[in-house]
Amino acid sequence: MAAVDKSEQAEPAAEGGIRRRDFLNIGAAAAGGVGAVAFLFPLINQMNPSADVLALAQIDVDVGPIQAGQAIKTMWRKQPIFIRNLTPAEQAAANAVDTGSLRDPQTLDERTKEGHRNWLITLGVCTHLGCVPLGAAEGEPKGEFGGYFCPCHGSHYDTAARIRKGPAPRNLEVPEYEFISDTSVRIG
Amino acid sequence: MSFPWAEEYKPKHPFMRWLDDRLPLPRMVYNATGKGYPVPRNLNHFWNFGVLAGLALVLQIVTGIVLAMHYNSNADTAFASVEHIMRDVNGGWFLRYLHANGASFFFVVVYVHIFRGLYYGSYKAPREMVWMLGLVIFLLMMATAFMGYVLPWGQMSFWASKVITGLFGAIPVVGEPIQNWLLGGFAPDQATLTRFFSLHYLLPFVIAGVVILHIWALHIHGSGNPTGVDVKSPQDTVPFHPYYTAKDGFGVFLALLLLAVLVFFLPNYLGHPDNYIPANPLSTPAHIVPEWYFWPFYAILRAFTFDFILPAKLWGVLAMFGSILLLFFLPWLDKSPVRSGSYRPKFRMFFWILILDVLVLGWCGGMPAEEPYVMISQLATIYYFAHFLIILPVLSWVEKTLPLPNSISESVLHGEAAEAAPLGAAPAKA
Repeated sequence: MAAVDKSEQAEPAAEGGIRRRDFLNIGAAAAGGVGAVAFLFPLINQMNPSADVLALAQIDVDVGPIQAGQAIKTMWRKQPIFIRNLTPAEQAAANAVDTGSLRDPQTLDERTKEGHRNWLITLGVCTHLGCVPLGAAEGEPKGEFGGYFCPCHGSHYDTAARIRKGPAPRNLEVPEYEFISDTSVRIG
Repeated sequence: MSFPWAEEYKPKHPFMRWLDDRLPLPRMVYNATGKGYPVPRNLNHFWNFGVLAGLALVLQIVTGIVLAMHYNSNADTAFASVEHIMRDVNGGWFLRYLHANGASFFFVVVYVHIFRGLYYGSYKAPREMVWMLGLVIFLLMMATAFMGYVLPWGQMSFWASKVITGLFGAIPVVGEPIQNWLLGGFAPDQATLTRFFSLHYLLPFVIAGVVILHIWALHIHGSGNPTGVDVKSPQDTVPFHPYYTAKDGFGVFLALLLLAVLVFFLPNYLGHPDNYIPANPLSTPAHIVPEWYFWPFYAILRAFTFDFILPAKLWGVLAMFGSILLLFFLPWLDKSPVRSGSYRPKFRMFFWILILDVLVLGWCGGMPAEEPYVMISQLATIYYFAHFLIILPVLSWVEKTLPLPNSISESVLHGEAAEAAPLGAAPAKA
């Protein structure tokens, strides 16, 4: 031990007392640290959605059989999607609202597509804490505004699925979609 | 334990003093891998392999835990879930190849670690418990590796589980009930797969527990060293940190480089292509072999082809397990007071013959069970047992060993005029 200590002392100290060994130590530790952090990336990234999950991120839905005033629930990315054929009365009710009074101001036109104003397509996921609101199926309560009602914490959505009352912060989310024909919708 | 000259842990920061008074974890680390653990100064790179084995265990546990997030231990979907890992999971191919080749890496370093112990007499007093705990780890590793190999539920997985559990079927009278108990049925199926997955997840943590005992036992008397001479004075040791943290760090760097070559360039080199065929209980692969790390033992198993009092099948199984259990008695079979093979010329020769013998066994184990491999396996098996049961005990009586150095520092400086000379002075001319 004594001999080793002596050899360390004998190493000439450069300016500022920095030895070659200090540089090597820092270099080795830094390279090891970078390697360890790089190894963390795949360990963390493996928990992200895998390719087969992402591949399910687009679906085609035939909306032909849905009559005015009816709605269906379907699945997209393992989450419910509400596709609702609005009656003229429901559209009128939605358009009659002053958007300035809304928590998340949006018009019905902003939430539907040109030429398909009667089709209201939203995620069936309450923007409060993620429950599935009621109102899509026959006989379910539609809430005070005739749209959807979330039974978990009492959020009321109107006929444009906009939040009107209750704790939810935003309107039901409108996913990306396009009509590929008059009766066929591609979601995602 | 530590030698009396070990530096004492003296925390400077008030928080560390507070912690040391309540949970002396930093003290333990300091006394195990820090300045508080003096280690013989003459360890060569063969002493890296314990740390490398520890690294391999950690690597296997870490990659295994993330693979288990995607693997499905259902006989109908297990194979597909492994393909799902390979194709769909982000970086899944990397994690699986790392885990599969990590197993080989683990065995490579453990085999070097074991043969290091055999050469330098690391199993001798007072380190018998270190040696035996190491063998327990080795047995647990074999069980874990075998069960892990079954999980992908490919052809090799299926038939490996059938053949290996069949070993227990060789036991007289109770063999078949035991085999059925292990499998949870009459052939490997859902019950087998689920229990193997459960145990494959459990056993690495058992290994980690035994590793702690292994290191604890090691630290009682400290590491051996290439001379086999006990540490006598502070001149014989250097503190673990920074000397061996640096040396181990260098070894880790080289070992990971080799592992990376395997994972990135030869990921299936050590595997068997048949395991990419889903398990089929109606068709046995033409040539079924275990993973390479079992080949020497597989050769011993197959070396017994004739009945002699007991059935050949039972002899094979007994010899295979015996070849490892035998090593538990090694500290008492080799009674030579000289530890290191460096001072035992005859032992050294037989050591290298044993290495060759085990390599031959491994080679035969990977070959089909036909001549000439069967006969070579039989001769090699005889030699393997003869080495431990006859050669070592006899050698410890008859061998004339070389003179040992008086101390580690003497051996380090032996003949090295330059090193022995005072620092800065020219070495004396011989």
